[in-house]
Amino acid sequence: MIFAVAGKELRSMFSSPMGWVILALLQLVFAHFGFFEGVDKYYKIMSGMVRPEERLGATEFIGNNVFSMASFVMLFAVPLLSMRLISEERKNQTLTFLFSAPLSLTEIVLGKFIGLVTFLTISIVLTGAMVSSLNLWVTVDFGYIAANMLGLWLLVASFSALGIFVSGSTQQPIVAAIITFVVLFGLLTMDFYLAGDPTSVFNKISLMRHFEPFSHGIIDTRDLAYFFLFVLTFLTLTVRRLDADRLRG
Amino acid sequence: MTTVTIEASELTRTYGNNTVVRDVSFSLNKGEVLGFLGPNGAGKSTTMKMLTGNLAPTAGSVNICGIDIIENPKAAKALIGYLPEQPPLYKELTVDEMLALAGRLHGVTRKHLKKAVDIAKQRTGLTEMSGRLIDNLSKGYQQRVGIAQAIIHNPMVVILDEPTVGLDPSQIRDIRALIKELGGEHSVILSTHILPEVEMVCDHVQIIHKGQLVFNGGIDVLKQQRQGNKLLLGLSNAPSLDEIEKISGVVSVTAVQDGLLRVQYAVGENPAERIVETAVKKKWGLHQITPDQTSLEEVFVQLTYQEATQ
Repeated sequence: MIFAVAGKELRSMFSSPMGWVILALLQLVFAHFGFFEGVDKYYKIMSGMVRPEERLGATEFIGNNVFSMASFVMLFAVPLLSMRLISEERKNQTLTFLFSAPLSLTEIVLGKFIGLVTFLTISIVLTGAMVSSLNLWVTVDFGYIAANMLGLWLLVASFSALGIFVSGSTQQPIVAAIITFVVLFGLLTMDFYLAGDPTSVFNKISLMRHFEPFSHGIIDTRDLAYFFLFVLTFLTLTVRRLDADRLRG
Repeated sequence: MTTVTIEASELTRTYGNNTVVRDVSFSLNKGEVLGFLGPNGAGKSTTMKMLTGNLAPTAGSVNICGIDIIENPKAAKALIGYLPEQPPLYKELTVDEMLALAGRLHGVTRKHLKKAVDIAKQRTGLTEMSGRLIDNLSKGYQQRVGIAQAIIHNPMVVILDEPTVGLDPSQIRDIRALIKELGGEHSVILSTHILPEVEMVCDHVQIIHKGQLVFNGGIDVLKQQRQGNKLLLGLSNAPSLDEIEKISGVVSVTAVQDGLLRVQYAVGENPAERIVETAVKKKWGLHQITPDQTSLEEVFVQLTYQEATQ
């Protein structure tokens, strides 16, 4: 059942140019600004300007370039994809179709979430494959790439969960996109603005603070728990929001 | 085995201080078609939303084949096919994709899915539209897809909210025939404000006004109300009204539009024959004499008007 809903979301994304264009643009941006520039800079910086003991491996230097670029670009891409998931259905009154089917609200929300994350996973896998292609010339640290992919995947899943919640709270897709973007931007940059006070609790809920260890190749259960809770919280809120539709009308 | 497929008891829904539906109770047996009538804003759609689990009632309960829709929504919803006022269609999908999705969500197994889609298309006359995008279909065809998605899982109860809106006359006839056909094996609830439609397809009628049921009974009861004790008389050389009133059995005569006269007579004493005889004898120039039926509209207006004045 969940997968029937997820499948429908995927089909909808690929039945309009939107899905293909976003996938293509993401790859273009990651490849050009992340990958090629990374390779370029690597040669410039690493060929003699840095003392040998401070040199970074190619994987870490280029990978970091690609994945930090990716996390930033996803900040724009995810709201554009998540905006229509529920708000458009509410506007076109197709939510009734799902509500009348023998599905629980949790199944509906999970289905939509899985549909969106699957779509974004395609982009992440392609990005991972791109960085792994360095293996043709140098020895690549695959563990590092895997950690980065996992980090990016968790980050994108969190973006999606928040995006679905915002989409469920409005009728206008564009409003959903803008609110999602602003909130995500706030959560991402929070630790930058609060850098002066390292003990502040707000640092602990900053998305970036928990994404960063992955970009050094560190998988910490605290970060895993944070992303897991983040997703769970917003999906639960979405279910509650949809239930309010049924109760309040 | 119980034959009651849908049972609503004391359904009430309030929005703030505004009670939209008040104490609506009814039940429906297998194979019956129920017409749900009411003026705009009477609470028809709200009632239907509560019946299908789209809206939680403030009070009261709905049982579908004995399953409470609030306590066990999944099992109850599996037995319902619902077409809301606005057909809920994903316009970016083709007819086949849409129906397959509806089938899967309603628990049709993969093995039977193709067959179920084919049957639903056949019944609604969509076979030639299989590969078309729903967005490109006309309103009438979209409506048919809406009906097809409601019957694809062969539900016990089919609930249709104004199914013939926006269709052309021949399509309306097809859809009405389909509804009659559905009534054979399913229970159908049909909301509409087109009165002749109710007369054509329904066994039972409910009239709802301002959230309350003002009439609940068989269609024949409603039809009986139409038979008044009245005749419509057309005389090209009419005498004074008093003279007609002298004919035995006639209670009163009033002039209506187009030079016609409405003759009210006592129950069981149809004076038609006597009127014709007198008219011929006195050369009144009789050119029309017909029983004057109150239209269904009038019965409807009476019922809803009475309620309003109380």
